[in-house]
Amino acid sequence: MTKSTDNAVTVRNVYKNYGSTEALRDLSLDFPRGQLTSLLGPSGCGKTTLLKIIAGLLPATSGEVLVNGEVVKAPGPDRAFVFQDFALMPWASVIRNVAFGLELRGMAKSEREGIAEKYINEVGLSGFEHSYPHELSGGMRQRVGLARALSVDAQVLLMDEPFSAVDEQTRRKFQEDLLGLVKNENKTFIFVTHSIEEAVYVSDQIAILLPRPSRVMEIIRPSGFRHKDVDSIRREPEYLDIVDRIWASLRSYVE
Amino acid sequence: MLAKHRANILKLISALVVFTAWEIAGRVPVSFAFPTFFESVSAFWALLIDGTMFKAYAETLKPLVIGILISAFFGIGIGLFVGLSRGFDWLVSPIFIVMQTAPLAALIPLLVMAYGIGLTSKVFVVCIMAMPVIVLNTGGAVRNTPANLIEMGEAFLGSRRQVIMKIILPAAFPIIFAGLRLGVSAGFIGAILSELKITPTGVGDIITYSRSIADYPSMYAAIASIIILAVLFLNVLERVENKLLQGSRKPSALD
Ligand SMILES: Nc1ncnc2c1ncn2[C@@H]1O[C@H](COP(=O)(O)OP(=O)(O)OP(=O)(O)O)[C@@H](O)[C@H]1O
Ligand SMILES: [Mg+2]
Repeated sequence: MTKSTDNAVTVRNVYKNYGSTEALRDLSLDFPRGQLTSLLGPSGCGKTTLLKIIAGLLPATSGEVLVNGEVVKAPGPDRAFVFQDFALMPWASVIRNVAFGLELRGMAKSEREGIAEKYINEVGLSGFEHSYPHELSGGMRQRVGLARALSVDAQVLLMDEPFSAVDEQTRRKFQEDLLGLVKNENKTFIFVTHSIEEAVYVSDQIAILLPRPSRVMEIIRPSGFRHKDVDSIRREPEYLDIVDRIWASLRSYVE
Repeated sequence: MLAKHRANILKLISALVVFTAWEIAGRVPVSFAFPTFFESVSAFWALLIDGTMFKAYAETLKPLVIGILISAFFGIGIGLFVGLSRGFDWLVSPIFIVMQTAPLAALIPLLVMAYGIGLTSKVFVVCIMAMPVIVLNTGGAVRNTPANLIEMGEAFLGSRRQVIMKIILPAAFPIIFAGLRLGVSAGFIGAILSELKITPTGVGDIITYSRSIADYPSMYAAIASIIILAVLFLNVLERVENKLLQGSRKPSALD
C-alpha cells in the first residue's frame, strides 16, 4: 500500500467531517492506473465528498490522498471533474462551456474550439455548439459537462454520476464508449454511480461504501468477462452473479 | 411577436389611463395649482421650441452624467470587494446602508458648507443617491455566485483572477445591471433635488421659477420631462443589457 507506483490514486485513512456530521471515517482505497473504479453506495454516504477530496476541491479533515505518488493539496492538470450537478455557465454557449478548461489554461481560441468540437461530436451534441445550456435537456447538459472534462485530457477522470440524466439508449452507448476509452487510453477513471448493473458492466474494480460515516465495505473485481465482447457481457454468468451479490449486500441498508 | 405586440398595446393603454386621469383631475380641478394634461403638453411644447428646455438639460445633465459615471465605476468596484470579502463587507456596507436611508435634504446644507454651491456638491448629491444601491446590489450578487460554478472554475485550474473575471462577474451581471438601473433612477432624483435645494439651475430652475410666477403648466411640463428622460434612459440601458445578455431574455415593462 505504501508503494503507489501502479496506483494512479491512493486514498489513505481519510476522515471528513462537516461540522458535527461525520461523512467519511478512516477511508482507504487504491485506484489502479489505467483502470476504472466505481464507487457504489447509498445516497448521502459521501461519494461526492470523496471525489472532491481527490480533486483537491475539499480538504480532508485528516488522512491524505496521493495522485501519482504526490500528496494532493489543490486541483491539478492531472485530474478532471464531471460534476453531479453539471456546473455549466448559463451565459456561455455549449462550445465555450466545453472549451472552458482549455480557456482557463490560456489556449488560443481557435485551437481550443477545435478540440472542443471534437468532444462535442463525441458526446453526440454536434449542431448544438452555439446553443445555451437553458436550451438543452438535462441529459444534453450532462453531456456538455462530460465533454468539458474529456477535452482537458487529464490522466485521472473523476466522474460523479456522469450518466444519471441521459436516456437509457444513450446511457448504454456511453457505457460502451467508456469501456473503449478505458481500453484504448491509459487513463484512470473514478466513477460514481447508483446503478449496480452499470457498475458491474463498466468497472475493473467496484468499491462498495457503507452509509455515513463511510468506509469501504467490500471491493469486488469483475475479471472474467472484461475481455468479452461488449454485447455479451450482460449475459455472462459472472456478470449476473456479481450483480446479485452486490444487491444482497446493499439490500440490508434499504430495508 | 404577438406577445411583443400585446405588451405594447398594454403599455399604451396604461399611458392613456394615466393621461386621462390627469386631464380629468386638472379639469375638476383637484387644486388650482394642478394644470390639465393638455395645458401641460402645450407648455412643454413652448419650452421645447424656444430652446429653454435644451439649455436647462445641458445644465442638469452635467452633474447627473458625472455622478452616474462615478457611481457606476466605483459602485461596481466597491461592490465587488464587498461581495468577495466578509471583512470589507462589514467595514463598508453599513456606510452605504446609512447613505441609502439618510434624509438627503438634511445632508445638503453640510455638503454646501464643505463644497460650496457649485457642480461638486451636485455631483455629490447624485452619487449619494445612486451609489448605495449599486454597491449593495453588486455586493449581494457577487456574494451569491453559485458555489458549484466557482468550484468548477477551481477544478479546471482557474486562477483567483480568472474565477472573478470569467465566473463571478458574468454570473452577477444581471443583478449588477438591475442595481445600475435603480441607481440611475435614483441619480435622476438626486440631480433634480440638488437643483431645487442647492442653487436653481437647469430643469430645477424651470420648476422653481415657474412655480414662483404661478405658471403651473410649465412646472408640470418640466417635471414630466424628467420622468420621460429617465424612462428613455432606462430603456437604453435595458437594450444594452439585452444585447450583452443574448442568452436568457425576458420581456419587461420598460421597452
Ligand atoms: N457542504 C456540506 N456541508 C454539510 N454537510 C455536507 C456538505 N456536503 C455534504 N454534506 C453531507 O455529507 C454527506 C455526504 O454527502 P455527499 O454529497 O458526499 O453524498 P453522496 O454519496 O455523493 O450522495 P448522492 O449519492 O446522493 O449524491 C451527506 O450526508 C451530506 O448531508
Ligand atoms: Mg453525490
